Amino acid sequence: MPSQTFARRAPLRLSSVLIYLMLIAGGLVMVIPFVWMIATSLKPAKEVFLGYFFPLAPTLENYALVLNKVPFARWYLNSLVVATCTTLSVAFFDSLTGFVLAKYEFPGKNVIFVFILSTLMVPTEMLVIPWFILSNNLNWVDSYWGIMFPGVITAFGTFLMKQFMEGVPSELLDAARMDGVSEFGLFWRIALPLVKPALAALCIFTFLGNWNAFLWPVIITEKMDMRTVPVGLSFFSGEAGSSWELIMAGASMATVPVLIVFLFFQRQIIKGIALTGLKG
Amino acid sequence: MALRSRGLTLGQRRAMWAYIFLLVPLTFFITIRFAPTLFAMSVSLFRWDILSPNKPWLGLKNYEALFADPVFWKSLSNTLMYVALSVPAQLVIGLFFALLLQAAAHWRGFFRALYFVPFVTSTVAISWVWRWIYQPAFGPLNKLLALLGLPEQRFLASPDQALASIVVTLVWQGLGFYVIIFLAGLEAIPADFYEAAKIDGARTWDLFRHITLPLLNPTIVFLTVIGTINGIQVFTQVLNMSFQGMGGPLDSTKSLVLFIYQEGFKSFKMGYAAAGTVILFALILVITIIQLRVTTRRVEY
Repeated sequence: MPSQTFARRAPLRLSSVLIYLMLIAGGLVMVIPFVWMIATSLKPAKEVFLGYFFPLAPTLENYALVLNKVPFARWYLNSLVVATCTTLSVAFFDSLTGFVLAKYEFPGKNVIFVFILSTLMVPTEMLVIPWFILSNNLNWVDSYWGIMFPGVITAFGTFLMKQFMEGVPSELLDAARMDGVSEFGLFWRIALPLVKPALAALCIFTFLGNWNAFLWPVIITEKMDMRTVPVGLSFFSGEAGSSWELIMAGASMATVPVLIVFLFFQRQIIKGIALTGLKG
Repeated sequence: MALRSRGLTLGQRRAMWAYIFLLVPLTFFITIRFAPTLFAMSVSLFRWDILSPNKPWLGLKNYEALFADPVFWKSLSNTLMYVALSVPAQLVIGLFFALLLQAAAHWRGFFRALYFVPFVTSTVAISWVWRWIYQPAFGPLNKLLALLGLPEQRFLASPDQALASIVVTLVWQGLGFYVIIFLAGLEAIPADFYEAAKIDGARTWDLFRHITLPLLNPTIVFLTVIGTINGIQVFTQVLNMSFQGMGGPLDSTKSLVLFIYQEGFKSFKMGYAAAGTVILFALILVITIIQLRVTTRRVEY
């Protein structure tokens, strides 16, 4: 018996070394572009085309140059305001709608549910033209509301929250009703705390999705000061020519804070993705 | 109390509350999602220039012009190429790394997070980083090729390589999502299945072929559909990785959405662009239906 387990362990070890080698190789491919981005951003302009991977005389002057040239701080504020407000709105309205569709009986319920779901089939690209015409007529161009309005309630989030609201026991709600809790109180004080994990996942994805959004923000913003980080970065990079050290400084500023947030929440984010199978 | 419930049964009162709660969301879905869908279809029947006040009716002329436009066909075939190259690559590489991760006893969470990093970072930033990586002459990839004694490649500057180069970036960025979904699928397969098969003398390949793959089929279907729909909508990478966002060189990377964006928001031909979005919508609808048909048939063993 012991000899048999020994015989099995030896090849196993070799294969597990191989597994880790391949995992590390894959990990390097994932990380090196980011290292390259940061390394380039720290190089003085004259070092960029020398061909060393790491800077010889690292400097932060590229960051100062970018911050002087373009209102990066303002873009950050814009992205933060837009992503935060959208996330709060989605969290509230998607879970309220999900709650109603899961826990109430009323005429037209199925029609309403199918109607909301069916809007999922229409790609955003088809809607940006009508949204732009609408925004143009209502003077929403270059406003926070203009950037946000298409995403303040989502069909996917509604569907997701409905699934989780189904799990809230109806007896609990009825008991609370007996105690005189209002209908809104049932949602806010009883149901919502019970679906917190799903709600957290929805919030994280909504925030990330809006933070990184490009197609609609690039259409609805025209003034430099109203751009979000991705839109500002795209225009800045397009105009920076071959000043790769500046472009990489901009890309680092757009990326690194998100990476830090990700490192904090990575467990929840990954669990949430696996749980809901949704796309950030 | 008595006043509020006068004339209403308990059920009616609850229904009333349901409607009140749904007031804002329903208004939103009708005005911001549903009506614009119909409006886009109607805009596609006009010459709709945002700057000019008169918008003459064209009937199906926008569609006729679209089908006669070689750039439209080029962007459509490019879009299908993006899908045809990126989806299988992501499926195969994603499953490969998911299997490796499942076999790894330690550091699984660490590697999983590592592979997922590109997925959560800004696509615009990533596009520019890769554009720098692909630079002819000075880019690190060409430096690496030179180090290995291989000839310099033009990558994004070459009409033959540009699309494939963007696909590499797409696969690189999306991989983490595939790995995590595959890993979740793998972890859901009961270990007893493997034990039982091993007792019957099955080899590793047999286990993979006859247990893992069939049981992963729903996961594969899900990822194929999601990947295809995302691939059809590729835009941000193409705009940021081609010179002046034009989808070049020689339209070799131009995707359908970039084509629509340029026609609608650069040339302000809203009606023409709207016709393009209707085609996009139809394309997504047809592919989703075909994929669901084909792949659900295979599940029934």
